[in-house]
Amino acid sequence: MHEHRDYQGAKMGMWLFLFTEILLFGGLFVLYAVTLGRFPIEFHEASKLLDVTMGTTNTVVLITSSLFAALAVTALQKGNRRLAEVFIGLTVALACCFLVIKYFEWSHKFHMGIYPGSADIADWAPGKQAFFALYYTMTGLHGVHVLIGMALFGWVWWLIRAGKCTSDHYVALENGGLYWHLVDLVWIFLFPLYYLIT
Amino acid sequence: MSEQTRHHGPGYGLFVAVWAALMVFTGITVWASTVDLGFLNVVVAMAIASTKAALVVFFFMHLKYESWTLKSMVLLAFVILAIFIGFTFFDTANR
Repeated sequence: MHEHRDYQGAKMGMWLFLFTEILLFGGLFVLYAVTLGRFPIEFHEASKLLDVTMGTTNTVVLITSSLFAALAVTALQKGNRRLAEVFIGLTVALACCFLVIKYFEWSHKFHMGIYPGSADIADWAPGKQAFFALYYTMTGLHGVHVLIGMALFGWVWWLIRAGKCTSDHYVALENGGLYWHLVDLVWIFLFPLYYLIT
Repeated sequence: MSEQTRHHGPGYGLFVAVWAALMVFTGITVWASTVDLGFLNVVVAMAIASTKAALVVFFFMHLKYESWTLKSMVLLAFVILAIFIGFTFFDTANR
């Protein structure tokens, strides 16, 4: 039986979905920009409380995971199934590493009493409070995307093992990769906006 | 199977080169944030982030190798986002 496949259509559908993601994060970036315009000094002060080393490490980790995701697609296209699986494993491992670093960052902040609605920041300037409200919302939503991306790659990895994603029919891996690169793309903007406006 | 005839996309080497460029830009943006440029700091940081984003979109996301239809669609999405941001600032800047 012939299975109907529309490669271009499948990819275009993924891009259409990514546009909705761009608008979702775009809305939050607009909110950030407007609030920064209103409280520039408070944002600079609040930004100094974030750990640049951890932020930079996470940037390197996420961009490298994106590289492995891109290499996985190439490997499968070239028919190297085993290598594609290794690259997917490395992508997921680095995604995990990103979340562990994020966990330490957040728990350290929580420990210092810096989180929206905490008693410690109730007396802070509104701009500084807004910075952390936005920080937790945007990096939190981004973190959820990292989790979804990991699950997606787990599923694609299974598809490859099951012989349902092959060098002739790799659109599932390619679309998974597109999603992962979007997650990377969002972080590329989050990183300077939160960590580097000191 | 049309996929097989469309073996687009660069090889491993180009991806590693793009990754290296992204690492260099990450270093530059961290360094640039230590230089006091006032308001321009945000502009410089966003310019570097946009350059990095373009590298990710064109190479990692294969947009460079896609049809003009898809390229136009992506352009349209970003134009809409720019209008959306622009109009918000028309409003908030003139209050």
